[in-house]
Amino acid sequence: MTAPDPPVLRLSDGEAALSGAWTLAEFDILGRRRRLLFQALSQAGSEARSWNLEGISRLDNAAALLLWRAWRQRYPKQIILPERLAAAFSRIARLPEQKEESARPVPFLWLERLGRSVLSMSRRMLSFTLDVTELLGALVLSAYFLCRHPKAMPWKEFSATLYKAGFEAMPVTLLVGFLIGLTISYLSALQLRLYGADIFVVNLLGMGIIRELGPVLAAVLVAGRSGSAMTAQIGVMRVTEEIDALAVMGVSATLRVVWPKVAAMLVVMPLLVVWVSFSALLGGAVAAFVELELSIPYFFLRLPEVVAFSNLWIGLSKGAVFGFLIALLACHFGLKVRPNTESLSRHTTASVVTAITLVILTDAIFALLTRQIGI
Amino acid sequence: MSRAPSLSPLPQPAADASGVIELRGVWTRYRETLIHRALDFTARQGEVISLIGGSGSGKTTLLRVILGLTAPAQGEVRLFGESLHHASLAQRQALRRRLGMLFQQGALFSALSVYDNIAFPLRELGFLDEGWIRENVRLKLNMVGLDFGQAALTPAELSGGMIKRVALARALAIEPELLLLDEPTAGLDPPRSRSFVRLIRELQEMLRLTVVLVTHDVETIRGLESSVAVLAEQRVLRQGSIAEITAWDHPATREFFLSAPNP
Repeated sequence: MTAPDPPVLRLSDGEAALSGAWTLAEFDILGRRRRLLFQALSQAGSEARSWNLEGISRLDNAAALLLWRAWRQRYPKQIILPERLAAAFSRIARLPEQKEESARPVPFLWLERLGRSVLSMSRRMLSFTLDVTELLGALVLSAYFLCRHPKAMPWKEFSATLYKAGFEAMPVTLLVGFLIGLTISYLSALQLRLYGADIFVVNLLGMGIIRELGPVLAAVLVAGRSGSAMTAQIGVMRVTEEIDALAVMGVSATLRVVWPKVAAMLVVMPLLVVWVSFSALLGGAVAAFVELELSIPYFFLRLPEVVAFSNLWIGLSKGAVFGFLIALLACHFGLKVRPNTESLSRHTTASVVTAITLVILTDAIFALLTRQIGI
Repeated sequence: MSRAPSLSPLPQPAADASGVIELRGVWTRYRETLIHRALDFTARQGEVISLIGGSGSGKTTLLRVILGLTAPAQGEVRLFGESLHHASLAQRQALRRRLGMLFQQGALFSALSVYDNIAFPLRELGFLDEGWIRENVRLKLNMVGLDFGQAALTPAELSGGMIKRVALARALAIEPELLLLDEPTAGLDPPRSRSFVRLIRELQEMLRLTVVLVTHDVETIRGLESSVAVLAEQRVLRQGSIAEITAWDHPATREFFLSAPNP
């Protein structure tokens, strides 16, 4: 351990004598005495007529800069500067001058800012729409290509996505679905009992879960789980230039990376919708049994009588559309990641938020279009 | 003038008998693989030591052990005479403030601009005002041969050579006493590489830096007038001047110097 050698400044008769080690590390050790030293230095900067640097044992560039600033960016008139320290100062003295950027006040700055943000927002919306459309087109072309060359279908990636986004999501979707079904059933049972309409809990849950809640719940969970993972994965592949490497090897990134994800989600989401709806209904049946003493087999026997079969089809097709949307947006945002950590996190967030928003928007459109079916 | 002439010679930092870096009997494992076996290594103040050895001989791991990023399974690591792995968090941080590291890929913070990358360690110290930091960044950029106009760029916009320079500027920002370099000249063209080596040498002399580097480049070793430590058979097999190591006929070094032209 090198012994501490604190920097010392002595000011007497207009001469500033410096000794000790003038380094950042020593400044760091000084602790509270540091402020005193800096104050003394700025005082010396305005008062001292001559400077003696002979006593300095070590001087680093940061400390040399500190002295230079105390000297107001030029050598003092009288200075004793040992040869071995001169290099540090001459390096600073040689630094090229920098231009001061002018900060001229602009009238109506807020108006300009408002205009800029509106413009950039609409530009972003436009480019988002264009980019997604472009990706859709690339997907259609890939599908056409695959129809003609079925052997080129990336089955491995397809099944990997099925497994990761589908099978691995089963426990968490079961849990969430069950608990939500339980809660809704319990709360509606309390209300329905007031009217003696206990039995209608099956209608309420069946319609609500199969047609609405199941698909939306599955979509939200999958967007959070798999959509973010896909964006991050493709984003890192962009950062590490893996996407470019694929292109160089003559492998289309759309075909090998985007297509299997979109196709797999199109398949797996309806299955997950069934799974989530089933778990929610199970939760609902359990709550109905506890609260209303409605037997669980009776609950499921009554279900097909009160909920038209077309509702299941609506739920399933919603699932497919939602899955497609989530995968498409995840891939889109992943491919837009620029090579830095900030961009990666921003795009992953945007992917999940946009996917969930669009899923709910699409759900509303579905509700409008299917308002005469199955009710 | 009533100034007493200073009669005593300048206080020189004591030539420490103990080294800046001292590794005693260090064993490192990566999963099942043994990387270092009872490795000893010493670097004294002001020394410049190049670690050489075949790929996979544990050179970069040795740097990580010195930095405290990889804990050895056994053995002792002392930096500036203090044990790294038995130090408290505050002590360890104080130790780390005395060393600078240039990572092979630069390891610049990709979300920060060049300016903020170099200013980052200075801001962490907590006692520099923004004006002083700004001047420091300007000086460090100038030292590594970059223009202050490039300070607003982000790491993604830099070429490989510029990343190295910015990373060196960042490593030097807190004025370390010990500088560790992982492949400092890899990815630089020969003239840039030479001027980079000259720069490191100049700084090393000016600040009496201790420098430990991993390199594959004989030019770099010669340019730094560095001594050489050969890593093979999971330890530092031999440490000496470049002439001694060249004269030493061993499979670990034969190929290394064979390809290099004599100066």
